[in-house]
Amino acid sequence: MTYRQARWAREGCLEPLVFELSKAGRMGASLPRAPARVKIPEKLTRTSLELPELSEPQVVRHYTRLSQMNYGVDSGFYPLGSCTMKYNPKVCDELVNLDGAAHIHPYQAEETVQGALELMYRLERHLAEIAGVSRVCLHPSAGAHGELLGMLLVRAYHKSTGSKRTEVIVPDSAHGTNFASAAMAGFNVVVVPSNNRGRVDLGALREAVSNRTAALMLTNPNTLGLFEDEILEIAEAIHKVGGLLYYDGANLNGILGKARPGDMGFDIVHFNLHKTFSTPHGGGGPGAGPIGVVRKLEKFLPVPVIEYDRRRKRYYLDYNRPNSIGKIKSFYGNFGVLVKAYAYILLMGAEGLEEVSEAAVLNANYIMRKLLKVEGYELKFDTSGPCKHEVVFSAEPLKKKYGVRAHFVAKRLLDFGMHAPTYYFPPIVPEALMIEPTETETKEELDQFIEALKQIAEEARSDPEKLQAAPTATAIARLDEVKASREPILSWRMYRKLAKK
Amino acid sequence: MKKLGLIVNPIAGMGGRVGLKGTDSPEILAKARELGAEPVAPARAVEALRVLKHHMAKFELLTYPAEMGADEAEAAGLEVRVIGKITSGKTTAEDTKRAAKEMLLEKVDLILFAGGDGTAADTIKAVDALVPILGIPTGVKMHSAVFANTPQAAGEIAARFLREGLPLQQAEVMDIDEEAYRENRLVAKLLGYANVPYEPVMMQATKEGSSGFELADQKAIARGVVELMEKRRIYVLGPGTTTRAVAEELGIYDSTLLGVDLVKDYKLLARDVNERQILKAIRGKPTTIVVSPIGKQGFILGRGNQQLSPEVVRCVGKENVWVLATPHKLSLTPTLKVDTGDSELDREFRGYIRVITGYRQTRMVKVV
Repeated sequence: MTYRQARWAREGCLEPLVFELSKAGRMGASLPRAPARVKIPEKLTRTSLELPELSEPQVVRHYTRLSQMNYGVDSGFYPLGSCTMKYNPKVCDELVNLDGAAHIHPYQAEETVQGALELMYRLERHLAEIAGVSRVCLHPSAGAHGELLGMLLVRAYHKSTGSKRTEVIVPDSAHGTNFASAAMAGFNVVVVPSNNRGRVDLGALREAVSNRTAALMLTNPNTLGLFEDEILEIAEAIHKVGGLLYYDGANLNGILGKARPGDMGFDIVHFNLHKTFSTPHGGGGPGAGPIGVVRKLEKFLPVPVIEYDRRRKRYYLDYNRPNSIGKIKSFYGNFGVLVKAYAYILLMGAEGLEEVSEAAVLNANYIMRKLLKVEGYELKFDTSGPCKHEVVFSAEPLKKKYGVRAHFVAKRLLDFGMHAPTYYFPPIVPEALMIEPTETETKEELDQFIEALKQIAEEARSDPEKLQAAPTATAIARLDEVKASREPILSWRMYRKLAKK
Repeated sequence: MKKLGLIVNPIAGMGGRVGLKGTDSPEILAKARELGAEPVAPARAVEALRVLKHHMAKFELLTYPAEMGADEAEAAGLEVRVIGKITSGKTTAEDTKRAAKEMLLEKVDLILFAGGDGTAADTIKAVDALVPILGIPTGVKMHSAVFANTPQAAGEIAARFLREGLPLQQAEVMDIDEEAYRENRLVAKLLGYANVPYEPVMMQATKEGSSGFELADQKAIARGVVELMEKRRIYVLGPGTTTRAVAEELGIYDSTLLGVDLVKDYKLLARDVNERQILKAIRGKPTTIVVSPIGKQGFILGRGNQQLSPEVVRCVGKENVWVLATPHKLSLTPTLKVDTGDSELDREFRGYIRVITGYRQTRMVKVV
């Protein structure tokens, strides 16, 4: 298959911004004139709105062109490790656009949004069952927001028992957000190294725990895609000193329906609905990072919680919770995301969810076994057993032999019409390529990906310049990534400010 | 156009294969030649230059004649401007120093040298930290932190530095007493600091909070350490830039970089103290030792800070030794070492210790 991304450009300049296309007097829709009697206070009136002026077909073409120069799960393979970029079923989008979901307002009276409350109430219970915890809070509006809530719950719990706990333990393979969330909640962070099997070094962990330990934050399967098989020993070491176990839900897709964090000893369980439960993310939509807890932590959950009054047969929002840590969001969560996740759970059913992790793990292992035979890529840790839903290869042999680094491989993959894997993460693997195929890919798609990586390894030997120049088939070639993340231009205003400079 | 100075110490590393642990004196060099030692530095320098050429199209290359750079540049297919004079086949440390000094006057952007600790020491003796330097590892002793991991890496880092302008970091230059080394004793002196291009071993994706550059990390560590400090306790600050950052965070700007200072009640109590002075000051008083791993091998005690003798450490107690290291430094030395000269004390340190790696952040690191 050859790939060539659309590139809409005139005289070397990419598709102009919608503001640059504007011409005075052009119109997309004519609105009725406002009745003259509406009086607007003078200080609120504006003389100019600076809205672009275009015809409807101009607008449609503009956005169609932009979408053609974009790439997403709907365009092709997207093995971005740790992000679980699985296909988002369209029916879930349909449901969230129903009037009852799209046109309600959080300030509506409770009795007029009973359906919405019921949906959230039921979603909480489904998630609690999936994770093996007793209660779930849907409020956090992103994964990291959920982490912060988890850490605030840890703090509230220890405060209630009167013990001074200052430290949160995080393995060196953890997502960077873990360190930040613990610090944001006021804890000191203690990093424990991984052992040569790519799991938490139990010896180091035992040395790290003390009566200062507030919690351990752990991702399982971890960011190497490996199951922490000493999880019961780990849990015991933490619980023995009175600490809590926090589960980072980034990799729940690897054990969905097979194992429950609650059964492993976790006290706080975090979800990424936008990963595991297939709601769009990564520019495609907002996220949701619910937090589940065991019974002893329930009373600390943020207000309001949704309760059901059996006598009056009514759902209601309960603010009367004296031990609650308070509010962490203005309302009750990103409702649209919750609807999609709920729809996804019902769509799959219990057996379907189990099949999700089976297929995700099978796909990752298929790639692992095939790629192990390709010269240029190697595994740095345990290769004896299977991986879970993702696998982290190292392109170090290519770097050592031909000076070809992991990001060259990633960039060249774009020329094959595939999204790149996550690279240089986790940082404990040199030249890391973190591949997560997800369950929704066909065998043919996986084979093409493996073929592409094989061809790139071959090119590293025969034509390294080609890799340095890649990508060439995309709308935009290589970006100055440092500049792009340090000085992002995300709006017309930012663009104009920069142009003035 | 960017200017690169190249110095090859052609005899560096010759003592290695024949078991002589270095070539610092002419007699030893003669002995090495007698034992059939072959030059190793030129070939490794060529490897680095080939990678450099691959990554970098245009730059001006300055070097010394014949085996001190001109030959290697030619072998790598690079155009070169030759300066200075040498007696081919009889080069000495003086030639290295003179070459470095002339390159300083020529305002080169970077001095790329091929050699070991001795060559690094000679270079900074001549140019101090006025010119950034980077070592192609070819010596026998490479305890200094100025060397790339491989010749190829040296070429790549040099190219990136010239092309994109990597930030600079300070790195220890160590000098090992060769006499003692041959007798299996390691007496390491911290000679000074060089500026070297900073290339984090791991390029971090934006996903995890990349810790940024080393100076910022040192500042974060210093901030955290100062928060932990108590009144009426004596703090023994070992050598190095990380511990100096602690002093600066306290507002002490005249601490020693290479020596040991004492701090009490957030003020400098004594400067550049020796073992006896330390013992006199700390006996019977609550004390904490603050050290950072020295050099590339990750020694926390016994290298470059011999003032912190076994007696001093015992007097303070193992639990009162704070070890500071930036994540970058730990990535170069994933395990730490102690060699106080007292094997029983060394044993006490083995196993996992907590290293302060950032603001309110520690890491469990193995001492082996």
